Amino acid sequence: MKRSKTSFAVFVLPAFVIYTIFMLLPLISSLGLSLFSWTGYGEKEFVGLSNFSRLFTENPFNVRFFNSLFNNMKFFIYTIILQNVAALVIALLLNKELTGSKFFRTVYFIPTTISVVIVGFLWTLIYNPLWGPLNYVLKSVGLEFLAKPWLGDPKFALLSIAVANAWQYVGIPMMLFLAGLQSISQDIYEASDIDGVSSWQKFFYITLPLISPVIFIITTLTFVGNFSAFEIIYAMEGTLAGPNYSTDILGTFFYRTSFGQRAGAPPDMGLGAAIASCMFAIIGLGVILWFNLYGKRENY
Amino acid sequence: MRITKVKYKDALIQALLFIYLIFTVYPVFLMVITALKTNAEIIKHPLSMPIKLNFSGFIKIFTTQNFALYFRNSFFVTVLSILITVFVSILLSYALARYKMKYVNPLSIYFLAGMMIPIRLGVLYINELLNTLNLIDSLIGLILVYTAMTIPFSMFIFMGFIKMVPVELDESAYIDGCSERKILFRIIAPLIKPAVATVTIYNFVPIWNDVYFPLIFIHSPEKKTLLLAVTIFFGQFQTDWSLVFSALTVATIPVLTIYLVGSKYFIRGLTSGALKG
Repeated sequence: MKRSKTSFAVFVLPAFVIYTIFMLLPLISSLGLSLFSWTGYGEKEFVGLSNFSRLFTENPFNVRFFNSLFNNMKFFIYTIILQNVAALVIALLLNKELTGSKFFRTVYFIPTTISVVIVGFLWTLIYNPLWGPLNYVLKSVGLEFLAKPWLGDPKFALLSIAVANAWQYVGIPMMLFLAGLQSISQDIYEASDIDGVSSWQKFFYITLPLISPVIFIITTLTFVGNFSAFEIIYAMEGTLAGPNYSTDILGTFFYRTSFGQRAGAPPDMGLGAAIASCMFAIIGLGVILWFNLYGKRENY
Repeated sequence: MRITKVKYKDALIQALLFIYLIFTVYPVFLMVITALKTNAEIIKHPLSMPIKLNFSGFIKIFTTQNFALYFRNSFFVTVLSILITVFVSILLSYALARYKMKYVNPLSIYFLAGMMIPIRLGVLYINELLNTLNLIDSLIGLILVYTAMTIPFSMFIFMGFIKMVPVELDESAYIDGCSERKILFRIIAPLIKPAVATVTIYNFVPIWNDVYFPLIFIHSPEKKTLLLAVTIFFGQFQTDWSLVFSALTVATIPVLTIYLVGSKYFIRGLTSGALKG
């Protein structure tokens, strides 16, 4: 059958044009924009690397940048622990395939389909210090000393947001763990039964190593997701990411700098592009590093 | 003796799963009951069921606020983005799955790269671009961005399905005088309906739910998408909780319906997309 170059081009072109112009080109060009100074209106002025030097050395930009980077790492660690440990436990329970497992699985996924901002608003309600359910429950079971303004306390705000975020996304790692668990051959467990291996040993020496590819994928997804997050903080703490910037992450810092009006000052898109470039580098390098590390580990 | 012990353990597992179920559903449930209560009742009995169902919040968002319009905007953007993505991605995937050319591999990688990189990192340039094209503050601009964003995943799914359709089918149709366009739309497309369902349902959710791009690109009140309207609304009407939670509930219903109808396709999309490596 005749397959010509022309017809190939006709098939590929529409997707190629849209994808290149609105996705790939912007990703690359936004990096280039970090070398200019402009406010979104009017002429751009080439300034070399000065946006980066402002970002890394000039107060208050450097303080905000390193603070948001540090908070972002905390946010990532909280998420990895809260979300993925919960997901693994649930997946192990679902893997028994008892009555209702399918139903449970479907319901656990519901939060994932709800908009991030709505999840943020719902949890703002739950954490409400005056009449939110969380403090209400704590008070009614005699744990009143634990009740606090969750989103207003710099020590707890980011953790509280991470809980909301984990609540929403736990379904994704859960499904991936489940797929991983189901692909393990039962023969291995039967053989280990004959050898008298305990349940804990089975988990740590058989299950965990065999689902390590899944753990790898989940870590990558969580990393990319957390380092480009924005809406959850925006919904729960606004663009100022309070209290006192304790929940400021790279996404909110980027948004504020590029699009936010700070006391009438024009947006600083050049500096914004420098932040976006850093995010791009962190995500890119993080993923590459992780791929290499993992690749080496697989060679034992 | 042994059997009862196993049953006991199963019951324990089911109990744990049920507790987590409540934890999952409760916030959503709270959203709905809060919407159905009056403001006085919300403050007084935040956790109880509504004494009397109060739909005034729902009525108000459609009568005193422009929610019918925002609903239409979101619907327009979501449906059109998905239609375009499905169409161009099927064409693309067909070419990449069937043609044996040296461009096939590099092109596949070029498109798949988009599955890993968050498009929002390019938002500053997209903003410039839409300004130049006079598409800022326009729903068409949003549609183009969402289409670009969903092409990589759609291509990934379609290619997998098209590769499973035997090439002999194309060839025999070709011998019978079928054009390539007919082969694609009359023979292959009907065979990959599950892929179309997966792509549609899986892409519907993030497009409908997106607030990021409308927040940056949309300025006119009459062009707001539903989720953008809800977001702005939440800040403005912080004291009228019944109204706000009615808005949140209304914005959630479409995605929840789509998910509950097609959860099989949604979950398939998610797992196959993530496990590609």
